[in-house]
Amino acid sequence: MSSMKEIFGSFLLRELFGGLAVTGRYLFAPKTTVRYPEEKIPQSPRFRGLHALRRYPDGEERCVACKLCEAACPSMAITIEIAPDENGKRCTTRYDIDMMKCIFCGFCAEACPADAIVETRFYEYSAESRDALVWTKDMLLENGERCEEQIAEDLGRDMKYR
Amino acid sequence: MDMLRQFGQDMLGPAVFMVAATLAKIVCITLPLMLCVAYLTLLERKIIGWMQTRLGPNRVGPFGLFQPLADGLKLLLKEIVIPSGADKWVFLAAPVFSIAPALAAWAVVPFDDGVVLADINAGLLYLMAITSVGVYGVVLAGWSSNSRYAFLGGMRSAAQLISYEIAMGLSLVVVLMVSNSLNLGDIVNAQGKGLFAGMGVSFLSWNWLPLFPVFVVYMVSIVAETNRAPFDMAEGESEIIGFHLEYSGLAFSLFYVAEYASMILCSAIASILFLGGWLSPLGCFPDGFHWLAAKIFIVLVSFLWIRATFPRYRYDQVMRLGWKVFIPVCIAWMGVVGIWMMSPWSVWK
Repeated sequence: MSSMKEIFGSFLLRELFGGLAVTGRYLFAPKTTVRYPEEKIPQSPRFRGLHALRRYPDGEERCVACKLCEAACPSMAITIEIAPDENGKRCTTRYDIDMMKCIFCGFCAEACPADAIVETRFYEYSAESRDALVWTKDMLLENGERCEEQIAEDLGRDMKYR
Repeated sequence: MDMLRQFGQDMLGPAVFMVAATLAKIVCITLPLMLCVAYLTLLERKIIGWMQTRLGPNRVGPFGLFQPLADGLKLLLKEIVIPSGADKWVFLAAPVFSIAPALAAWAVVPFDDGVVLADINAGLLYLMAITSVGVYGVVLAGWSSNSRYAFLGGMRSAAQLISYEIAMGLSLVVVLMVSNSLNLGDIVNAQGKGLFAGMGVSFLSWNWLPLFPVFVVYMVSIVAETNRAPFDMAEGESEIIGFHLEYSGLAFSLFYVAEYASMILCSAIASILFLGGWLSPLGCFPDGFHWLAAKIFIVLVSFLWIRATFPRYRYDQVMRLGWKVFIPVCIAWMGVVGIWMMSPWSVWK
């Protein structure tokens, strides 16, 4: 009797229709795709995107050229050269981050005693040549100016955990 | 219409006019068919995407509607690589062998009462003969590629196609027993009468209900016959490699067009043989081509649905299903139907 039932069940494709019902339900389920350039997924305040060099509100660079970030960088993406400026203060003459080497671990930002180098939420900086992916000091400072509001907010939210 | 015919005959002479008129009809069938093939690929990607809670292609044009054109253009611009040591002419002829039957078979498919390119009496026989030629495309493609993988893939696909052709042929035999004709138009018309048709619910008197086991066998066989998932051993892109391993560019796309064209063809044949062709499902609606189109569409969507749902069969399971299940079932039901037709309870008088 049970074998007869099995034969009828398999000829009516009972189990297969069970499977089809599952996919049939998903046909009308809400879609999870994010239409990327138009829509973006939400970001954490600790999002680690492109780096930025920050300034104090009076316009002075925060960076004190201690080279801790260079030392902390596990992929040796940061290159720093130092010279005293006209006031005799230690100052970077060169601060390059090679974005092809960078692994966005955030160790540089963690190592920085002055919160000068930070990682912003900006991540759309693709380029067509390798040279364009080496971010120089001027570019990083400019990125810092552009994102300062967001950086300050994110750092403020993270402050009590540091 | 008659005026046009008269005018054409006067202009071209009867013989030339007949050729021209037939060619025009062929174009009228083939061009929309090619358009359907193009948009079937889009529909497939959309439906499978939706079933996986994705959106499917939506970048080219509104809702991705120009995606097939972009795909076609891309394949057109790609190089056709002919492997060294390949039999060049056979290599290039194989895709044609595979697409020609899928198009030629449309000659006998009736779209409405009497609307058919070639209203021949042996329509079903022609269909079985011409669709069998498709297997040559597979074998020749595998053989001429000068590659062991392609060769083995071709052999495997040929064995699969031939096995399921037997099951398919036997199920068609049952259909022609009950409809008493090999003409597809007559087969459709034979489904329009009977007890249920008289009561106005004619969809119950179509062949799928009295021949239900054969209908199931046929539907599964056409999935296997068109090399669709879960029987897509021919393609097997993730674990075993199929006969079109060495093909690229337009030659490769011809195999794909052939696959989708034969999908549409098999859906049309299934609609005609089992689902009443152009007949309307309820007596209160008029018959017409739109019913055939709707039935073809439903069968095609079920193809895609099946592909989105089931994992691929193992090869020995494919062979077991074909030889040990489908063929015996068809032969048994042939006997049952034979006795049923001779008995006083026959529904086909």
